[in-house]
Amino acid sequence: MKLILERFTHNALALLAVTTILFFMFRLMPGTPLAAFINENLNADQQQAMLEQFGLDRPMWQQYFIYLGNLVQGEFGLSFFQRRPVLNILLEVLPNSLILTLASLIIAYIFGVLAGAWLAWKRGSWIERVAVPAVLATRAAPEFWIGMVLLALLSFNAGWFPSGGASSPGLAYTNNWQRIASWDYLHHLALPVLTLALYLQGLPLLLMRSNMLEVMHEEFVTMARMKGFSEWRIVIHHAARNALLPVVTAFALGVGLSMGGNVVIETVFSWPGIGRLLVQAVSVHDYPLAQGAFLMIALVLALMNFVADLLYMVLDPRVSHGRKG
Amino acid sequence: MAERAEPVLPVRTGWPLLPVLRRMAAMPLRDPFAFTGLLIYVLFVLVALFADQLAPIDPLEILFTKAGKLAANVPPSLDFPLGTTNLGRDIYAQLVHGTRSALAVGLSAAIIVAIVGTVVGLVAGYFGGMADAVLMRIADMALSLPFLPFVIVLTGFLGASTSNIVLAVALLLWPNSARVIRSQVLTLRERAYVEAARVTGASSWRILFVHIAPNILPLSFVYAAIAIGWAIITEASVSFLGFGDSESVSWGYMLQDAFSSQALSRGQYAWFVPPGVCIILVVVAGFFLSRGYEEVFMPRLRGR
Repeated sequence: MKLILERFTHNALALLAVTTILFFMFRLMPGTPLAAFINENLNADQQQAMLEQFGLDRPMWQQYFIYLGNLVQGEFGLSFFQRRPVLNILLEVLPNSLILTLASLIIAYIFGVLAGAWLAWKRGSWIERVAVPAVLATRAAPEFWIGMVLLALLSFNAGWFPSGGASSPGLAYTNNWQRIASWDYLHHLALPVLTLALYLQGLPLLLMRSNMLEVMHEEFVTMARMKGFSEWRIVIHHAARNALLPVVTAFALGVGLSMGGNVVIETVFSWPGIGRLLVQAVSVHDYPLAQGAFLMIALVLALMNFVADLLYMVLDPRVSHGRKG
Repeated sequence: MAERAEPVLPVRTGWPLLPVLRRMAAMPLRDPFAFTGLLIYVLFVLVALFADQLAPIDPLEILFTKAGKLAANVPPSLDFPLGTTNLGRDIYAQLVHGTRSALAVGLSAAIIVAIVGTVVGLVAGYFGGMADAVLMRIADMALSLPFLPFVIVLTGFLGASTSNIVLAVALLLWPNSARVIRSQVLTLRERAYVEAARVTGASSWRILFVHIAPNILPLSFVYAAIAIGWAIITEASVSFLGFGDSESVSWGYMLQDAFSSQALSRGQYAWFVPPGVCIILVVVAGFFLSRGYEEVFMPRLRGR
């Protein structure tokens, strides 16, 4: 419990640090000190409301605390160009990003774990000699480039998938859940998910492979072998279970990390997610929206780091026992 | 590991820098993967040095066919090995000249990451206490920033220039190397030869930079090799998103240009496949080299 609290504080402090960096970054920008929240696109009433809400006429240190207070209440200001609360815009696109990330990660990790275990099994064969550099190459390729190649091959050339967006034009849905559950949405989702999964599978694959190789030399595996269990049973029941631990933690970390990397995938496929929103907001200098999108990504990252810490403690008792004392 | 008989007392006299350098230079000759990595680096460095000879055409020059028409979207031929862009620019020339900007971005980021990471790791690990606590908290902070979004916001606001991209990458990558080097220093400072140097009255800074730092060098090199690849991928991603340096022809610029000019729907694979393959080659070369150094100098990590 003490340890959980310690990890929570650690991640919360990291998030606070990110918010602080962001606060000063947006105030060191060219333009007036008001530029972070006020723009001539907003009407006089809206400008006045922002001035009061964020205390923009007060000293910097007061502004900082007002800003933090506002963030805790989910007040991110008004978007300059959409002229409505940033939070609403963020919540609209967040499900799209989460669905993309989770679907890709689940596919990548299922494939990566199985293929990694299999490659450990095939140690020393020609398959290993070809597969390992090939997997490294997928890790080395820019995500958006994988997307471009798949887009050219499977969408423009073969015509199997739409080339972008999340829904076909002209379709109407009664609510968001119906839209997400529709065949059309899944059809649009397929190619971005395939791209991201292809990029992400390398980490669990290589991790699983090296863990398996290590575990296979441990005493309890030798013991199982001496008991006369079949090789298959040893791999599944004894080796794989222990080799999986770090992979599970990597999954949680992966959710946070890939939310940041989605910026490029979402742009390639015009996927209406939080990463594309950030890119658009930065390029038109919509500061409140850019800040909000950045913080949302940072929040998911911090949350997932915390979840990874928790998983690590739950799954590997040595960690908590070692430190409890 | 020892190649020659060590003295009975584990006190190493003299400067460890030269033997470490000799072992570092010999490593790629023993490991085929690392050798391949080194070969790829050498190849790209040669291409960057002789870019003007390999591709005499200006990569941004608008070209015309012999009939006097704009040479737009010409398929690969003897005149244009990779064809031309929709504005009649030679793709091969862009690819060759892009090597320069890729290496410039990669090497400058790698040098900053290696120097900052090494110095911070050495100071934090050796002196401990307040310096250690403060430096490691700053490292935690940098690591909790989402990587690509931070680079985008920074270059979006500070201006889209190559140096800002390098700065952003270096700001986010040094903590990884600093942490690992710090933990290595923690074990090195307890070694007998460091103790011996201390007894003979060597100053802290002398021990740190003359006796410990050379042993850390392979680690700095590992992180530098990884940083080269990261910086190149990041530059490509940022350029692709439209926040790149509009003055320089880089692989990322080429991919962005191809994407926004509908090269994908026209199936101009010769335009957008080669830059991606070049990026993969440089990044994989970094993986291979760093893996080789890890196995030789940090045998604990072997097999990972």
